[in-house]
Amino acid sequence: MSSVNLDQNLNTAATVHAADHHEEGEHRLVGFIIFLLSESVIFLSFFVGYIVYKTTTADWLPAGVEGLEVREPLINTIVLVSSSFVIYFAERYLKKENLWGFRALWLLTMAMGSFFLYGQAVEWASLSFSFTDGLYGGTFYLLTGFHGLHVLTGVLMMAVMLGRSFIPGNYEDGEVGVIATSLFWHFVDVIWIILFILIYVWQ
Amino acid sequence: MTETSIIAPYYRQNEPQPGEPENWWRFFTFSTDHKVIGIQYIVTAFVFFLVGGFLAMVMRGELITPEADLVDRTVYNALFTMHGTIMLFMWTFPVLNGLANYLVPLQIGARDMAFPRLNAVAFWMVPVFGLILMASFLVPGGPSQSGWWAYPPVSLQNPTGNLINGQFLWILAVALSGISSIIGAVNIVTTIIRMRAPGMTFFKMPVFCWTVAAAQTIQLFGLPALTAGAVMLLFDLTVGTSFFDPATGGDPVLYQHFFWFYSHPAVYVIILPVFGVFSELFPVYARKPLFGYKFVAVSSFVITGLSAIVWVHHMFASGTPSWMRMLFMATTMTISVPTGVKIFAWVATVWGGKIRLTTPMLFALGGLVNFLFAGITGIMLAAVPFDIHVNNTYFVVGHFHYVIYGAAVMGIYAAIYHWFPKMTGRMYYEGLGKLHFVLTFVGVNLNFFPMHPLGLQGMPRRVASYDPEFAYWNVIASIGAFLLGVSVLPFLLNMISSWILGDKAPANPWRAIGLEWLVASPPPHENFAEIPTVVSEPYGYGKNEPLIAQQMVSTELASELS
Repeated sequence: MSSVNLDQNLNTAATVHAADHHEEGEHRLVGFIIFLLSESVIFLSFFVGYIVYKTTTADWLPAGVEGLEVREPLINTIVLVSSSFVIYFAERYLKKENLWGFRALWLLTMAMGSFFLYGQAVEWASLSFSFTDGLYGGTFYLLTGFHGLHVLTGVLMMAVMLGRSFIPGNYEDGEVGVIATSLFWHFVDVIWIILFILIYVWQ
Repeated sequence: MTETSIIAPYYRQNEPQPGEPENWWRFFTFSTDHKVIGIQYIVTAFVFFLVGGFLAMVMRGELITPEADLVDRTVYNALFTMHGTIMLFMWTFPVLNGLANYLVPLQIGARDMAFPRLNAVAFWMVPVFGLILMASFLVPGGPSQSGWWAYPPVSLQNPTGNLINGQFLWILAVALSGISSIIGAVNIVTTIIRMRAPGMTFFKMPVFCWTVAAAQTIQLFGLPALTAGAVMLLFDLTVGTSFFDPATGGDPVLYQHFFWFYSHPAVYVIILPVFGVFSELFPVYARKPLFGYKFVAVSSFVITGLSAIVWVHHMFASGTPSWMRMLFMATTMTISVPTGVKIFAWVATVWGGKIRLTTPMLFALGGLVNFLFAGITGIMLAAVPFDIHVNNTYFVVGHFHYVIYGAAVMGIYAAIYHWFPKMTGRMYYEGLGKLHFVLTFVGVNLNFFPMHPLGLQGMPRRVASYDPEFAYWNVIASIGAFLLGVSVLPFLLNMISSWILGDKAPANPWRAIGLEWLVASPPPHENFAEIPTVVSEPYGYGKNEPLIAQQMVSTELASELS
């Protein structure tokens, strides 16, 4: 036992420092995953609330509302889901230390996220009911709005990571921020798929 | 010789770093040192405890006579709402976060928390939302009057018509408290998972860390549900959506589900770390290993798991279908199994031990007795027929005050006295501590026991006036409340004077086993000169085995030299 200890003491200050830095990155990733798990419970609560409202309310649709158009949201869905694959390949490029490939695909993911937000805004503007129109309007805007906020956050996070890729040597030994952002993006994607099924498919 | 090996000559001989300079000013800065933040949490929370306690004494002053004469009824509503909110969100959660912040890194052998800056952010949110809540005394219409549950439709009434009203500020403060707690929980859980010293497996970790991890896990899965409910309530109140307002087709019972899905587990967030404190203290002051250490540790997470499936017992009278009532009655009663495991283990630990009745031990024993009583009334309340009978009476109020004050606050006092020498480097004054204990223990029982007969006789809670037949027990309860108010004075005197003038504390005044007792009092910056390697289970009292490898080395060296 004591010899093991002596070996540990022989580590030079520099390697200890590098190990500390690496450790810190892993702490951040673990912390971020724990945070995402916690965050998912908010969505879970909203989903459960939505299902309870939808199954127990007599007049679900407000007067004069026919239901939701599915075509444009479906295009939006396809764009968002595909962006999850694009961001995956962006990460692969970073691992292969191809910074420009990473930046190109990263920017493409940002563009696809922004397209989704634009499509969402267009849809909101065209709807005939508002946030205060009963439980239907309330839950629709609450769910899509809260999810949209997450998409916006994801795009902003990506912008920060893109900016940081221009600091020389910054991404040499992997970048926790990129992994975390990518993880967040997949999370936002999965949430959207559930949301799309609940709101658009189940009408 | 046995005891000297516990005191770790290693660190006392080779202590390279002196303690931090005695500049009290660092407690008012954005410090990222977990020890400073821990004390910041504890002191800030205690200030709010005094505020919440003052509100309670005004209420008991009102209730000393049957008529509503001391304060207006609307003021009384505001008093019990603010009392409950302050005591939970501004006293118990922050003070326990403070203890966790201070102790967890020391007990697991880490230099700091995983995210020191986030840690400071989480703390500095406490005074911010505390002030937001206090500000509701100043807005037109006064603070929220809907109780700490904020049930709609009562919480959706806005008679003054102002956007910034008491209820709005209440929701804002609770939401900020939730964000602060989630940040804290992510930090603490990551720290415990990732930063344990070499050799410290989960089954070599002190029970306090186990219970803190179990409690913070509840924050992670429970608080988001409350946040969801609070966001919807806020939209109902401000922009006029109809989530919870039955007048526009909303469902107020859904809010109750959101609220209790978090707020019942929240009492385990409070009591679990206190269980941890009991598990730390009994072995030290009975000089015996903790009985059934692994069972005590694991039962914490059993409580965490069960806590997620009991919340409907708060809603037996909310039109809940009877199959659901039966189901939740059964799950609620199951909770008594893991808690029973713990109580059994503590009694077995103390049994036949060499008991030292110091102030922390007195508080821990008193807290244990009160908790047992609270647990028995808890089982009674879990039974649907009984609960329907006493629902919303003083029986419920008596029950949860035995938990929150009788067990939790007394456990917190025990922890503060026990680790006071470690935190400040000074010894507290034992005589004042014992006076504090007697006043608290008598006060708790005088104040909260009478609530049980009152509840059984049918006195409803949250009323400013009552039938004269209830006067007898109410007078006794009020006397108990004022006694509890007085009990804070020797505590404050003791803490302040001892911190300034107390005797210097050695590294390990209680001859306790644990990593935090291997470093100087107060611990130096970054805690450990060299991260220790843990080789045995905690609580090895009377076993004569070293806790850490370095101890082994030093005793070997010592024997070679002699």
